[in-house]
Amino acid sequence: MIAPATALRTRHLLGIQDLSAPEIQLILQTALAMKEIGTRPIKKVPTLRGRTIVNLFFEASTRTRMSFELAEKRLSADTLGMTTSGSSVSKGETLLDTARTLEAMAPDMIVIRHGSSGAPHQLARICRSSIINAGDGMHEHPTQALLDAFTILERKGRLDGLKVTIVGDLLHSRVFRSNVLLLTRMGAEVRACAPGTLVPLGMEALGVHVTRSLREAVTGADVVMMLRLQLERMRGLFLPSMREYFALFGLTPAVLEHAAPDVIVMHPGPMNRGVEIDSQVADGPWSVILDQVANGVAVRMAVLYLLAGGEEAGER
Amino acid sequence: MKLLLKSVHVVDPAAGRNGEFDVLIADGRVVRVDRNQPADGATVVELPRGFVVTPGLIDIHVHLREPGQEHKETIATGTAAAVAGGFTAVACMPNTTPVNDSASVTEFILKRAADAGLARVYPIGAVSVGSKGEQLTEIGDLVKAGCVAITDDGLPVQTALLMRRALEYASMFGIPVIDHCEDPSLKGDGVAHEGAVASMLGLKGIPGAAEAIMVERDISVAELTGGRVHVAHMSARQSLRALREGKSRGVAVTAEVCPHHFLLTDEALATGGGYDTNCKMNPPLREEADRAAMIEGLRDGSIDVIATDHAPHHADEKALEFDRAPFGIVGLETAVPLCLDRLVHAGIVSLTRLVELLSTNPARALNLPGGTIAEGAPADLTILAPDAEVTIRKETFRSKGRNTPFDGWTLRGAVAATIVGGRDVYVNEDVLGRASLAGA
Repeated sequence: MIAPATALRTRHLLGIQDLSAPEIQLILQTALAMKEIGTRPIKKVPTLRGRTIVNLFFEASTRTRMSFELAEKRLSADTLGMTTSGSSVSKGETLLDTARTLEAMAPDMIVIRHGSSGAPHQLARICRSSIINAGDGMHEHPTQALLDAFTILERKGRLDGLKVTIVGDLLHSRVFRSNVLLLTRMGAEVRACAPGTLVPLGMEALGVHVTRSLREAVTGADVVMMLRLQLERMRGLFLPSMREYFALFGLTPAVLEHAAPDVIVMHPGPMNRGVEIDSQVADGPWSVILDQVANGVAVRMAVLYLLAGGEEAGER
Repeated sequence: MKLLLKSVHVVDPAAGRNGEFDVLIADGRVVRVDRNQPADGATVVELPRGFVVTPGLIDIHVHLREPGQEHKETIATGTAAAVAGGFTAVACMPNTTPVNDSASVTEFILKRAADAGLARVYPIGAVSVGSKGEQLTEIGDLVKAGCVAITDDGLPVQTALLMRRALEYASMFGIPVIDHCEDPSLKGDGVAHEGAVASMLGLKGIPGAAEAIMVERDISVAELTGGRVHVAHMSARQSLRALREGKSRGVAVTAEVCPHHFLLTDEALATGGGYDTNCKMNPPLREEADRAAMIEGLRDGSIDVIATDHAPHHADEKALEFDRAPFGIVGLETAVPLCLDRLVHAGIVSLTRLVELLSTNPARALNLPGGTIAEGAPADLTILAPDAEVTIRKETFRSKGRNTPFDGWTLRGAVAATIVGGRDVYVNEDVLGRASLAGA
């Protein structure tokens, strides 16, 4: 067991890349306390009262945006939402100008989702507020990896030594990159499975075992994480058909029989039923997909709380 | 007026000179290069010890942006940057607005260059009308107006057939076809070198093979036609292999490499907070094996030319998200210090070899005047202070572009002065003081 850090070293959360194992441990432990708040009749604490958080979503998002909003509200922060349509962005304003404009209103944190990899990093260079990456292009989605780890911990009690299999569109997935970084850092054994057209280069160097065979990938796995096929990021020639994809890479009860008996199945959503996952699996006893959604709120509360300064935030 | 550079160290590989000579300049031309010349009424100039006089450096891959993109650069600012960087001549790419695909655009460029009166400008015309890859430009007309080569740079010469016809047709005028080698389908919407770094940064990749496939195609077509092809901004080790193989078969192919491709790798994208758009260029910064291969190609002579691919952009454009920002960096005012420090002082190439790469061979590749200090020829000279220390400061650039990944680098090797047609169009007061070389 890795001892948790006492605080985060940075004021931004740009990616798992920047977090040490003790910092990850700190976030996960803090999330446990935050989850308890969600079980109370009055699900609200004054921790971030008077703090302003801007949710800047340049890309469509339902669960991540709502999850952040709920986390912010439960911590009593004042929140502002901005989406691309109907804002100055649709009038051609650049990302940096949008950020500078928002900064002039002195928010404490900016949660950003953007289609370009590295967009939060560019903001972090010019903004005084804390930047939280809610998903950037094909790069990282750190809070998703944290909530996935939290969900695994809840079910398995550990990450170290677990066999975690990630299946699907690895190439376009920020969830995959963040999960690989987090899980390998915490001592899990990560296997990945995808068609040859959807495997990014350099995964072996990160300690990921890549295979083309779903059965091989799933055999003995403690956790199977399915990724959505990101059709919107694909331009041609990646796959012959959805039918063939499901036949080769779709997770069915039959394939799952090769996994560990107490295997859990995860999906960051939104799911394409019948493409990457059979409904019998998605809705079956292995599935922890809705737990992931519930835990997302607690994990994001933990991140917001820690970036605001942890205990200092509450005492202010 | 006459000027006698007295007992100066001349490095001129084309003339076989590397030693102390007197260089007599009169009426803008070199009169004599010899030892022990009498002053005979000329103004005598002696240079500090260690300074070197070379034939004027020539950058054969420059984007001057005018006409049409004057917010990025003009011919006046671009040629000011050139002479400040030690270049007495530049060849400018045709991807302006409008494209340099007609004599009228070529004439406009030459007129603006003459008005600026700094570096010599050799326009490069387009291969195809509008660089659209469909119809050959009036190449004869372009050459008559002053174009020294043709290219669709920014884009590859789109089909093998167009390349064939361009080579066949251009060879009538003795000019080469320059190709931006890149298979468009493999490049796709890539923005960085396809490798482990781009994978982890979530950036779409451009594999080295995208370049090498086109280099191989062009060499095959050059062999078929007997035409002369010049590979622009080579970056991938597979391309170098194809180049060596083509040269060994006797194909008329030459190649250039840019300083950033032999000095930096894709790791630069992951450092300093990451996603620095001043590290975004096409071809992209590649991995260490490619960088090392480019160095080896410079050392062993397979690579003919160092060119900068000077590509100024406005700061607003480079401030966009990484995948939306334009490709390219400025290079005119950083190339000489980078090459002196990282190639010559690092012991990779000799000073003589560097002059070949920056002057002798660029002149030969495009059949340009210069590249040597010849008696009777215009006095285009570069004076180097190879041991002077310089720190790159982008805010001091003459170029409108500030897009460089080399800002803040301290390097050994400076340009002391640049002389075009006997005029000292640039004097670096930091190393030469206020001494004027003028009057010839």
